[in-house]
Amino acid sequence: MADYEQRDYDVLVIGAGGAGLRAAIEARTEGVSVGLVCKSLLGKAHTVMAEGGIAAAMGNVYPEDNWKVHFRDTMRGGKMINNWRMAQLHAQEAPDRVMELEEWGALFDRTADGRILQRDFGGHRYARLAHVGDRTGLEMIRTLQHRAVQSGIDVMMECKVYRLLKDDDGTVSGAVAYWRESGRFIVIRSKAVVLATGGVGKSWKITSNSWESTGDGHALAIWAGADMIDMEFVQFHPTGMVWPPSVRGLLVTEGVRGDGGVLRNRDGKRFMFDYIPPMFAAETADTEEEAERWYTDRQGARRPPDLLPRDEVARAINAEVKAGRGSPHGGVFLDIGSRRSADYIKRRLPSMYKQFKELADVDITVDPMEVGPTCHYIMGGVRVDAETAATTVPGLFAAGEVAGGMHGANRLGGNSLSDLVVFGRRAGLAAANYAKQRNLATFSDKLIEEITTAALSPFSSEGGENPYTIHAELQDMMQSLVGIIRTHDELVQAEEHLARFKERLGRVSIEGNRQFNPGWHMALDLESMLTVSTAVTMAALERKESRGGHTRDDYPQPDPELGKLNMVIRFSGEPPFRGEMSVTPEPIPEMPDELKALFEEQQH
Amino acid sequence: MSEIIMRLWRGDANGGSFQEYRVPAQEGEVVLDVVHRIQATQAGDLAVRWNCKAGKCGSCSAEVNGKPRLMCMTRMAELPLDQPITIAPMRTFPIMKDLVTDVRFNFEVAKRVPPFAPPPRQPDGTYRMFQEDIDRAQEFHKCIECFLCQDVCHVIRDHEENKARYAGPRFFVRFAELEMHPLDTNDRRLLLKERMGLGMCNITKCCTEVCPEEIHITDNAIIPLKERAVDATYDPLAFIIRKIARRKRPLPAEEAQASAIVTTPLSELADGHGDAKKAKAKA
Amino acid sequence: MSAQSVTAAQPAGHETPVILGGVRGGPNKKTLRTDRWWLQPLATASGLLVFVVYATWAAFQNANYYVGPAMHRDYLSPLYSPCLAQNCKYVWGPVLGSWWSISPAIAVLIFPLGLRLTCYYYRKAYYRSYWGSPPACAVADAHRSYTGETRFPLILQNAHRWFFYIGAIFAGINIFDAVAAFRGFSGGIGMGLGTLILCINGVLLSLYTISCHSCRHLLGGQLRSFHTHRIRYWLWDKITPLNKHHMLFAWLSLFWVAFTDLYIRLVAAGWIHDPRFF
Repeated sequence: MADYEQRDYDVLVIGAGGAGLRAAIEARTEGVSVGLVCKSLLGKAHTVMAEGGIAAAMGNVYPEDNWKVHFRDTMRGGKMINNWRMAQLHAQEAPDRVMELEEWGALFDRTADGRILQRDFGGHRYARLAHVGDRTGLEMIRTLQHRAVQSGIDVMMECKVYRLLKDDDGTVSGAVAYWRESGRFIVIRSKAVVLATGGVGKSWKITSNSWESTGDGHALAIWAGADMIDMEFVQFHPTGMVWPPSVRGLLVTEGVRGDGGVLRNRDGKRFMFDYIPPMFAAETADTEEEAERWYTDRQGARRPPDLLPRDEVARAINAEVKAGRGSPHGGVFLDIGSRRSADYIKRRLPSMYKQFKELADVDITVDPMEVGPTCHYIMGGVRVDAETAATTVPGLFAAGEVAGGMHGANRLGGNSLSDLVVFGRRAGLAAANYAKQRNLATFSDKLIEEITTAALSPFSSEGGENPYTIHAELQDMMQSLVGIIRTHDELVQAEEHLARFKERLGRVSIEGNRQFNPGWHMALDLESMLTVSTAVTMAALERKESRGGHTRDDYPQPDPELGKLNMVIRFSGEPPFRGEMSVTPEPIPEMPDELKALFEEQQH
Repeated sequence: MSEIIMRLWRGDANGGSFQEYRVPAQEGEVVLDVVHRIQATQAGDLAVRWNCKAGKCGSCSAEVNGKPRLMCMTRMAELPLDQPITIAPMRTFPIMKDLVTDVRFNFEVAKRVPPFAPPPRQPDGTYRMFQEDIDRAQEFHKCIECFLCQDVCHVIRDHEENKARYAGPRFFVRFAELEMHPLDTNDRRLLLKERMGLGMCNITKCCTEVCPEEIHITDNAIIPLKERAVDATYDPLAFIIRKIARRKRPLPAEEAQASAIVTTPLSELADGHGDAKKAKAKA
Repeated sequence: MSAQSVTAAQPAGHETPVILGGVRGGPNKKTLRTDRWWLQPLATASGLLVFVVYATWAAFQNANYYVGPAMHRDYLSPLYSPCLAQNCKYVWGPVLGSWWSISPAIAVLIFPLGLRLTCYYYRKAYYRSYWGSPPACAVADAHRSYTGETRFPLILQNAHRWFFYIGAIFAGINIFDAVAAFRGFSGGIGMGLGTLILCINGVLLSLYTISCHSCRHLLGGQLRSFHTHRIRYWLWDKITPLNKHHMLFAWLSLFWVAFTDLYIRLVAAGWIHDPRFF
């Protein structure tokens, strides 16, 4: 008989970043019992890495700003492939969620009259990001963490969910997890499950993501049979550190550019002026003089091209480096030191200052930074209902990065933190209501034993593959074949590689015992990473156009017909790899006329 | 290429010892990079806790050559590489395995901090706060909960029995953040003095020395809290002024009531856990 | 102030103390530090010891602490200021009766001593260097048990604020002494090297006193919100940078007090001549 502990909750939330914490708080407020599982310690989730701010059209700095403008910016940034209803709800509710954080103790920077100050960011028409210097994510997670702790939510730290459990009707009713510390299993029965596991970046070599971002939630949803959309859209943040090697990929906040930093190539040229796409030409400055003026005069000047949406900037940097005009370590220069005073930089960007000073020996108040694209965020994820965050599998909800649709083909900076709290809350609320109508399911010992046996299988062989080696090779492969610029042939090669990795993972062997064994954890995380990588690759093969976070060298232009379709990934079979994964183009939900009109107004 | 000798603590609650690993030196690395290389090539089951590798999450705390540090922010180049580099787990907390310690003590203390209690909003639905007030409190919000201050604090580092009555520097920072929040209405001064062991701190400032976020824990958090406790108890002038002004100070308990945030009492939940069970047992 | 209200301020269900037990990792060694961690406590201990030995000796001399009209000067050693005893040869006037026969320094030194003993910086200095609690960061405490400042006598450290109030008066007295040192021998204004030394002494003592943590707290730090208290915010904002250098002022003023006393002592004893500027 399998040896495991069991716990029961009304709602199980997987992941304790912004979305997970917000969902847990909301569910708890609804009066149900909540269990919150996280792979790390509480408060260490990737949300702490978010720097720039949280986008909300509060209009504190520019009264002209409102949800409609925010909605339009989001849709246009997402290349119109977003789920319009999610984008609308997000734009409408974000201000309330920000105010709520404040009510719970968050301290945002202030305007002169004591309201929340907002800063400029790429793709946002008005200064819209509520922020705390350049550590907004930390402020948000700490605020939510304190609130959650005080609300009496049961937090299971350093615990990884290995498989979801379904009842006889196919409703998700719990999960099998293990404690990372002891390696012991735990069966968590619940009436509803919220996925809030964040991203998948750890499958790429140059990434801003931490070890946790292995796509566990994406994989759990795929294995549970949920529809996945937009998996081909992976955001490469234009500015990651490129030197020294140990910090390659580490994020350099977009706030640097929002606060006056500009991109230059090896020759000192502000190359972004050469890469203004037609879609944004009308509102982007085409001379340096006008761009300079914009920082002080928003009405009389257009935005600098350095603040174009992230996909545009990332592609431009990529092109400059390929053309041999890059910096010594294969990036470009991001210069704020020669343009702003040292005091200003240290006050606005304290953690960037520290990060470069301590890790790269660069004083950013004097010298330019070297930056290059880094894998940052996946727009795609579980297809959810906009109102309830319910997935296509009953009992399963998803919010945050693991959910798809909100950001379309490309996410605007600052829209992620707001996404977390807007849809985290909705998911928590819907899951609590769903849970109230259900009873706990029961699971046979045999089922649990099958699952735990599978999880322990890497211990039973000797002299097999090293999981760290497989991971390193997977990262190299995804970086070179499924990176920023993709082609048909490379994607096909990637699929072949992935098949071989899966087979090698079956032969993996682990030294040591179950107690806090990172090698074993890596082997199990690889199941998620390979599943997600396969989904990304399949969707990328199918989308024969370039759009947002998906650029095909063999189809360099957007295709208006494909712009009306989501690539939907479905899997049927046994986790992790026994089964069929398919990709089906399906029409995106159509926007109602009154929202369409918002985009036509813009034409004039 | 030269070789680095690393002495890593390997072991668990049943005991352990330093194990020596030799790895080639590489340019621009931090301690955590070297530990990861050892993990990937020589010791697959080496336990180490880490997340962001950018000094933002505070997971990879350990003692490098005896000094509490974040491994991800300690560059190899700043260490004397002609000698072996010693890496031990944090001393104050019970060991789990190798470099990973059980830091639940901190999460338990966190539950005992009375929450933020704001007044009602302004008529226009906003809260008004001003940058000068924000600036002071934001220093405390920088805390990444690496618990290095808790580790280095001799009150619990060297005296296990004090864990029962001492919150530690991290939580004094948390209390300071609440006491200096321009909107908060709770009064935690007596709680700090009577239950959180504020008086245990003898301000020897090691917490400030090890803080990777450079929070002036002693000068800006602990001492102002001690002074606040004096306000509430020992200060003769303040006492007289209070008497003369006859200002009625609400009891902390009354204010704590106002800050209750859980809508449903835990004990009423059908299948609640942890706290609910405790609450039931008491009743 | 009752214990009852304290209990109620805690969230329900969390009244139990936090002890988690477990076994600690790492070797059972006093420290793993490889640097010369003992250097700083040693330097601090030596510095304090030199001052204490000198000040004790000087305070019990009961002589040569005043350079008066006989030498056309008006210098009083800060160790003896204000001079309150009957036998004191200085203008502060007799407060203590003739029964006071030992050095008048003893009557007043208790107050600046109290300020420094309870000072947040000196506490760190002597807890580390003399008491070894702890000797240095991540070096084991020299004592088996520890209760901090929760019991007598160390609970008296909370009286720092009282000493600050008195210390502020003493800083004023020292400034007065410095001003008095400008008196010329025939009623006009004059200045000697001793005057300059006493001025520096007054400034350093004032800096030490106003950079004090209690002062910073009382003038503004105790406020929850600065926005509605502009003057107190201004004061706090100005004292905060001084407070950062509290340790520096503590050492400088300590050293300078001893040096001032030594200078006056040497002049009064006739060993050196005090150069006159005007």
